[in-house]
Amino acid sequence: MRVRAQMAMVMNLDKCIGCSTCSVTCKQTWTNRDGVEYVWFNNVETKPGVGYPTRWEDQARWKGGWKLDSKGRLRLRSGGKIRKLATIFANPDLPSLDDYYEPATYDYDSLVTAPASERMPVARPLSAITGLPMKMETGPNWDDDLGGSALYAAADPNIAAMSERVQLSFEQTFMFHLPRICEHCLNPACVASCPSGAMYKRETDGIVLVDENKCRGWRMCVSACPYKKVYLNHVTAKAEKCTFCFPRIEEGTPTVCAETCVGRLRYIGLVLYNLDAVEEAAGSSGDLVEAARSCLLDPFDETVIAQAKLDGIAEDWIAAAQRSPIWALAMKHQVALPLHPEYRTLPMVWYIPPLSPVLDATAAMGGDNTSADDVFHAVTTMRVPLDYLAQLFTAGDADLVAGVLMKLAAVRSHMRALTTGAPNTTTDRGLEAADLEELYRLLAIAKIADRFVIPAAHREEGAQLASWTSGYPLDGPGSVGMSGPVPVAVPTLARSTRRRP
Amino acid sequence: MTYASIAFGVCPYVAIVVFIVGHVWRWKQDQFGWTSRTSQLMEKRWLMIGSPLFHVGALLAVLGHAMGLLVPAWLTEKLGVSDHVYHLMAVTGGVLAGVLLLSGLAILLLRRFITKARLRVVTRRADIVMYIVLGLTAVLGFTGTLVNVFTAGHDYRSTVAIWFRSVFTLQPDVAAMAASPWYFQAHAVCACAVLAVWPFSRLVHVWSVPLGYLIRPRIVYHTSAE
Ligand code: HEM
Ligand code: SF4
Ligand code: SF4
Repeated sequence: MRVRAQMAMVMNLDKCIGCSTCSVTCKQTWTNRDGVEYVWFNNVETKPGVGYPTRWEDQARWKGGWKLDSKGRLRLRSGGKIRKLATIFANPDLPSLDDYYEPATYDYDSLVTAPASERMPVARPLSAITGLPMKMETGPNWDDDLGGSALYAAADPNIAAMSERVQLSFEQTFMFHLPRICEHCLNPACVASCPSGAMYKRETDGIVLVDENKCRGWRMCVSACPYKKVYLNHVTAKAEKCTFCFPRIEEGTPTVCAETCVGRLRYIGLVLYNLDAVEEAAGSSGDLVEAARSCLLDPFDETVIAQAKLDGIAEDWIAAAQRSPIWALAMKHQVALPLHPEYRTLPMVWYIPPLSPVLDATAAMGGDNTSADDVFHAVTTMRVPLDYLAQLFTAGDADLVAGVLMKLAAVRSHMRALTTGAPNTTTDRGLEAADLEELYRLLAIAKIADRFVIPAAHREEGAQLASWTSGYPLDGPGSVGMSGPVPVAVPTLARSTRRRP
Repeated sequence: MTYASIAFGVCPYVAIVVFIVGHVWRWKQDQFGWTSRTSQLMEKRWLMIGSPLFHVGALLAVLGHAMGLLVPAWLTEKLGVSDHVYHLMAVTGGVLAGVLLLSGLAILLLRRFITKARLRVVTRRADIVMYIVLGLTAVLGFTGTLVNVFTAGHDYRSTVAIWFRSVFTLQPDVAAMAASPWYFQAHAVCACAVLAVWPFSRLVHVWSVPLGYLIRPRIVYHTSAE
């Protein structure tokens, strides 16, 4: 056993209102530059729907993530090292700009300079890439709020994968929002596919970064990431990705997306994991959610604590791992699930599946959605939202999702009973009142101190932390990045100036 | 000084110095700019055809030059390769490399300058200069190959190759090169220009061929030891 610490996130999907504040604040912070106009390190999509880039979950097409080969060995879906080098001159699995979208601005000048006329002048859309007039036909969240509708739902790869092809009738329509960032995986396909070795996972906090000074633009990571969370900067021709806001995390501050989240639904904390268990878990032929959980170590276990100390993890970090909301939600109460565990990257952003589609379904069936019994009934009879959620979060295991949803419903009815004095049936189902109340405190009250348990990094041990070795954001002239990995695009020579519309 | 001593006595050394100093400077100053400058995001269909054609052609051409210029005639004779067989090998290899390289390059150029406005946005001045010198060099070189296919041709191993090797002994045999036909002479001058442009263009990506990938562990970790 080798103990490592991982900064992880949980998102409580029931609370996401799809406002995209997280996307905008992230963009303002990280991708408001030339070359990454089309890039959203954080994006929010409507599910069911096609997502961003369009149909990113269709791995038959994009070949992202890992698979087990015929002998049961773990292999990149896009092929081994030899194939990577053989296809280096042109990568058959790479999405093009049109698979994302062509970013646009408007010809605002025309509003001011148009000559007097009968009609109002119109500001036409101009491509933010070429400056030429363009038609806006898609966007990073084009099907926003329309996800459940037949048009977009039909194109959702998860729907196509469901056991019986469901025709979503109006009564069965449901939708929810899915905010996504890089998963900072334990078994990152992006890192494994980088021919230059420019991508790396930090052993101290698990954050996955691109060394901008080592990236040579072979663009294998972009296609290998099953979540499509590595992007090409078309000005620098290098890969860029979500940084988990490492300069903030190292200070003990939450990521920008989490801090600005309007729904207050994001949790950040440490988990301890066993580095030696990663490969086996990723290659598991059994239950993949269980496999993912099997990597995480109990921070209260004496042997884990002893080994963590041997492995150089500081006392305050171990304490933080014990108070971690991620440990509580993903492991102790097991209400948080990984996104697409079947990609086998062991993603470290976990999701609490939304109960609301089921609550809606309960009401539509004429049930009382404040009654746990009615909701349990709906959970077991309404296969459509359940199977869909199972495609997303449990590699198809609907019972696992049902179990989580029942727990969430139980919290509701337990707390309702507590406040109204009405009889409550939930403890009968093997759920302890104390657990339900703790979940209520974490999920419903969700105080800042409970949502974010982020120990600041130890500077005295921090030689490897990129923001210090590179003196992020700038060392001063001439010395940028010469002293260590440079995880963000800081140009050292004059960048080409491009015509901006 | 005659044009020949400038072209074949001075040019190559200027080019080599610029090539070496340029690379050292670029490596030290501009790790951040050291990339293949991939443009696949902007256009995929034609790149999928043009880039492999061009690259396989280019790598074959490099190999061919190494064999044709560095291996002296007496060595192949000693190895028992007859002139006829050598000629046949050189011509087949040369035509194959040339056709692949030039057809690939044509596709890449049409793609870049005709098909999509998006590609022009990501094209820099260094790219254009590089396309011009590389394209000219390739066309002139292929001319030499074609002449050798259709006519008795010119035995470059007694002119160009001798000059080429003499450049590295710092005693350039200008006369040998001056005795070759105009297309070989122009090819040599253009090739010097390619060398001079190299460190300042995307061609630096060639030195980063990621062969280390084949032997490195699956996941790269950065640890406190580093
Ligand atoms: C074996 C080593 C090489 C590798 C791995 C390699 C790889 C690459 C890659 C990945 C690209 C970017 C393609 C894209 O996505 O847009 C590229 C472009 C290019 N390479 Fe290479 N290359 C190699 C050798 C060479 C050589 C020997 C030459 C010529 C002397 C060359 C000339 C070029 C040119 C001109 C382009 C630009 C193509 C275009 O966009 O029009 N490469 N190379
Ligand atoms: S989600 Fe992040 S860490 Fe995982 S493979 Fe993609 S880019 Fe890499
Ligand atoms: S800011 Fe929060 S609530 Fe708004 S879209 Fe992002 S995750 Fe959802």
